[in-house]
Amino acid sequence: MATTIVESQTDTFASAGASNLRHVLEFEKPLAHLEQQIHEVEGLQSKNGVDYAAELRDLRNNYTALLRKTYGHLSAWETVQVARHPQRPLFRDYVEMICRDFRELHGDRHFGEDPAIQCGLARLAGHKIMLIGTHKGRDTKEKIKCCFGLAHPEGYRKALRCMKLAEKFGLPVVTLVDTAGAYPGIGAEERGQAESIARNLMEMSRLRTPIISIITGEGGSGGALGLAIADKVAMLEFAWYSVISPEGCSGILWKGGNNVAEAAEALKLTSKYLKPMGIVDTVIPEPLGGAHRDPRAAAYSLEQYIAKTLRDLKRCKTENLLARRYERFRDLGVVIESSRKQSSRSMA
Amino acid sequence: MSQAPNDANPNHRTHGVPEGLWMRCPECSAMLFRKAVEESLHVCPECGHHFRISAHVRISQLCDPDTFEELFQDIEPGDPIHFHDKKSYKDRLQSEQSKTGNKDAVVCGKGFIKGRPLVLAVMDPTFMMGSMGSVVGEKITRAIEQATEAKLPLLIVSCSGGARMQESTLSLMQMAKTSAALARLDDAGGLFISLLADPTTGGVTASFAMLGDFIIAEPRALIAFAGPRTIANTIKMALPDGFQRAEFLEEKGFLDFVIHRKDLRSEIARLIDFCAK
Ligand SMILES: [Zn+2]
Repeated sequence: MATTIVESQTDTFASAGASNLRHVLEFEKPLAHLEQQIHEVEGLQSKNGVDYAAELRDLRNNYTALLRKTYGHLSAWETVQVARHPQRPLFRDYVEMICRDFRELHGDRHFGEDPAIQCGLARLAGHKIMLIGTHKGRDTKEKIKCCFGLAHPEGYRKALRCMKLAEKFGLPVVTLVDTAGAYPGIGAEERGQAESIARNLMEMSRLRTPIISIITGEGGSGGALGLAIADKVAMLEFAWYSVISPEGCSGILWKGGNNVAEAAEALKLTSKYLKPMGIVDTVIPEPLGGAHRDPRAAAYSLEQYIAKTLRDLKRCKTENLLARRYERFRDLGVVIESSRKQSSRSMA
Repeated sequence: MSQAPNDANPNHRTHGVPEGLWMRCPECSAMLFRKAVEESLHVCPECGHHFRISAHVRISQLCDPDTFEELFQDIEPGDPIHFHDKKSYKDRLQSEQSKTGNKDAVVCGKGFIKGRPLVLAVMDPTFMMGSMGSVVGEKITRAIEQATEAKLPLLIVSCSGGARMQESTLSLMQMAKTSAALARLDDAGGLFISLLADPTTGGVTASFAMLGDFIIAEPRALIAFAGPRTIANTIKMALPDGFQRAEFLEEKGFLDFVIHRKDLRSEIARLIDFCAK
């Protein structure tokens, strides 16, 4: 992971506002270099009072072209890095950007409160919903409190409690998933990490209210799936979703050696592969250069998707909704059956 | 049966059963006469260690003689994402298939236990650590659906290293699929007995294994979401004694009871009788 930080304007080169220090990923270095040049020429222009419009235009065109090229051909491992970008919007950022109202609800009513999963009543595009999401934490203090988005059983149980509330009062459930996985620790195991996730899978499959899940960043294994049984599952363009992280997979199958990039590729964990497999129904496009370049644009796409999908799902009768939800997951898997060929969608 | 997997085991006990007349118990190190071990249901006569057993051995131990009728046996794995690490998934499958004589890591069917009819799905630890990919998910789901339709009790014997990496996100989806099928069995009032054998970990534990009306386990079975090695690496601390063993889960409230292999048939029959409507 690169550590370079460049000072830059926002990528639309708006002259005011959102100027920030952006973390530069290894593969973004040529982009950062161009940004730096643009910044310097702009500085010279205003300092010397000369017009470098032509040069700036060329530089900006080059930058946009390079951005388009880079982000049009991300490798799986680069995508994972984008999904983990420190400035990628987190659950709380989305709440601020897309909800008109958010009343957070705490506690699983059994043992405790797990801030790695946050739940609340929310209003979004005119809909009353139960909004649930994993939160990684924005600053160090919050990150530690949220265990970097790695949830304990209490988080999953709180989520289920809130989903049951939503069912009771006819609120659709929307979950935003961004977690490397469920927390692997002594307390989590003692208090039934596996049971809490399993319970959610079972109960979400028969929850009598519409559910929409969106993988917004990392979709790490059972910890992600425990919030992602839904009528419609979507993922942001540069999110990843897999049974294991590239690091975990590389550690087990390649033993030693640094093969994360190969593992990421082998796991087919990006939206490009998951959509045709039917694992996600929709890929929500991100702004050019990823959500971290323009969180508002990313939030807008997300909001549009949720609003539209809510409208569609609210029209369905509950029985039809549940039947389709069952079939949606029932169809996933690829097997060869000699008596009759059976496989999931479009897996040739 | 050749070498059983022991990757999920933190103590590096070898569960392997070497060929030959004699074998060593990994737990008490006693030299055991193989035939005697087999006659005692693959349990060490000296210390009671429960050896890992293949699905077929398990079925022959559990079911009344000649009552087991295998279902869905022509379902085979594909290579949906063309997975390749140091070895291709295709080659790995082939060598596991010729090693075990099975197509994948679960055997399903109908049978009788002490005269009670039921549907069984038995995972096989000798095939790719009993890992769950599309075939395991599909066959277990069909077994659940079969039990629901035929109104028969369902027994799933879990024994697995978790979801199968080589089918990536599709393996993950098997957790969803099996759990959803169990919700329907539950809605229909069906009985599901979940028996956990050593080891039951990862995505298998975090789906059907933990959703039984009754959850029972063999003594000392490792039952975990995250494996002990992953946890030790994360927290950089030694793990408590007996952590994630069946007895530990019983104490923490996640198992109904721990049960010796020799008593399984009678206890399963007893549960079925209590739940008969
Ligand atoms: Zn022994």
